[in-house]
Amino acid sequence: MIKLFKVKEKQRELAENSNGKPPVKKQSAGELRLHKDISELNLPKTCSISFPNGKDDLMNFEVTIRPDDGYYLGGTFTFTFQISSIYPHEAPKVKCKTKVYHPNIDLDGNVCLNILREDWKPVLNINTIIYGLYHLFTEPNHEDPLNREAAAVLRDNPKMFESNVRRAMAGGYVGQTFFTRCI
Amino acid sequence: MADAGAHQSSRSRDLDKLLLRPGHLVGPAFEPGTELRDDIQEYARILVVGAGGLGCELLKDLALSGFRNLEVIDMDRIEVSNLNRQFLFRLEDVGKPKAEVAAKRVMERVSGVNIVPHFCRIEDKLDEFYSDFMIIVLGLDSIEARSYINEVACSFLEYDSNGNPREETMKPMVDGGTEGFKGHARVILPGITPCFQCTIWLFPPQVKYPLCTLAETPRTAPHCIEYAHLIKWDEVHSGKTFDPDNPQHMQWVYSEALKRAALFSIPGVTYTLTQGVVKNIIPAIASTNAIISAACALETLKIASGCSKTLSNYLTYNGVEGLHTKVTEFVRDKECLMCGPGIFMELETSDTLKMLMDKLGDEPQLLMSGVSVKHGGKTLYMQAPPELEAMTRSNLSISLFKLMEESPKGILHVTGTAGKPGKRQSCSTKLRVAFKGVAGIKDTDMAGGA
Ligand SMILES: [Zn+2]
Repeated sequence: MIKLFKVKEKQRELAENSNGKPPVKKQSAGELRLHKDISELNLPKTCSISFPNGKDDLMNFEVTIRPDDGYYLGGTFTFTFQISSIYPHEAPKVKCKTKVYHPNIDLDGNVCLNILREDWKPVLNINTIIYGLYHLFTEPNHEDPLNREAAAVLRDNPKMFESNVRRAMAGGYVGQTFFTRCI
Repeated sequence: MADAGAHQSSRSRDLDKLLLRPGHLVGPAFEPGTELRDDIQEYARILVVGAGGLGCELLKDLALSGFRNLEVIDMDRIEVSNLNRQFLFRLEDVGKPKAEVAAKRVMERVSGVNIVPHFCRIEDKLDEFYSDFMIIVLGLDSIEARSYINEVACSFLEYDSNGNPREETMKPMVDGGTEGFKGHARVILPGITPCFQCTIWLFPPQVKYPLCTLAETPRTAPHCIEYAHLIKWDEVHSGKTFDPDNPQHMQWVYSEALKRAALFSIPGVTYTLTQGVVKNIIPAIASTNAIISAACALETLKIASGCSKTLSNYLTYNGVEGLHTKVTEFVRDKECLMCGPGIFMELETSDTLKMLMDKLGDEPQLLMSGVSVKHGGKTLYMQAPPELEAMTRSNLSISLFKLMEESPKGILHVTGTAGKPGKRQSCSTKLRVAFKGVAGIKDTDMAGGA
């Protein structure tokens, strides 16, 4: 190898900077895989995706879900997605931007969804996550609570849970917490 | 003078046994002799990425192995907790850049060696910086950083008309990694041995606890730490991002984790554990670093000189109980988007993006439809979702030559559905594109795997 490099070094000394083209930005493996995920998205009518930073930044995007069934019917909930350069080795970071009264989403937007953390596998994709998020709204679950109060109400008094969800989505207080309107 | 000469010969005595004598197990282009030894001193330029536990060892080992032109890049400053194993640093160095102190200390101890430090992030350097080195040696603890260097090194690789990698474009990497009593050393010759991306599954995924466990039913010290890091931080610092390299942030997480642990009567939260859990690192052991670094330095010398065949291609070391080492020969992913040859296409400068996409449908290796195209950081066309399709549709009628900044050749990434009827499946591939009749390209540049 040294012979080859020696020749190269000598050439380099002779011709410094021969091409004046600006370097082409390289693509991380994460960006390339995400490009594939996004181009193959197959979203239900209740979900849409947008790219606030434009078409050249696919690594940060938002997904909006409008449940067509269940307690959250009529609401509009937006999630932010942050994709790492080693995606899908690492799961996307997902947060709920809309303040929501939900047993599995806390008031800071953290989401308890198994495939975002302990059950993430590189064979999963963005589509899987969006479906998972959608199901959180049609089937909220009191067994994995991030909002303990909401989970307890869902477990003990589903009628009251329903009215609390309605009140939060219409914009108002549930207990001490104020929710902005999202209908 | 006689003394100096004697000193010099004694210093390279062991190295001379490798470089001046022929042997049976040598590399293909090995030419033993003093010229080889001198060339390594004069021409071999080696970059060490990372000046931490492994980096300190690597710089010392490479300097003592006859390399005289070394550079080191690291963005970190020295912390007190580094001093037990990062042996080039002293108490008075705390707070100074690792790269600068490491370079200075090795140059003080090993005469004739020149080490240029770079106190910055690896992303701050242009490709030309990396391209200038003969071999890149990695002493890192993150997959992200390894992946980045891998992308850079693989981007230099070109293939000839028979689909073979062109040796002069190959940027060898030697990678070391340690976690506690375990470690690995590997040789990456892009195009020949697997790159990081080919075998990224070798790195175990980071342990992630369910958020609801952290919030409701913590049972272990790491649960308390992750609660403070992932949930409590957001609750208290609305909008401010947690920075794992900021000691004040880390201290805050530590003290919150302690409170949480007290609440649930969970023992074992310490500052070191907090750092370990948050940054996903296992405490480093000095002897593991020394062993792995020695293996890496030797492989570097073998690649440079040809004095022996290189490791093929992945060595693991385990010193947890007794000692176990093993070499595994992993194979390349032929379709790897980083190091694979992809598909070669020759185009007219007037060909539009739409025409390229039609050609992909006719290309017998692909038969690709529903094509989306990316070039560098730019999304040229997305067939879905509708919002992106609308944003990129106008590119379809523009010539690809123009979209690629009038470069005579370049790389595109395409995804779509490909294959023969009945066997069609989702496919993602690299396209090496060259434009006909554009001045300044040699035949070899035009050639490709197709
Ligand atoms: Zn590869």
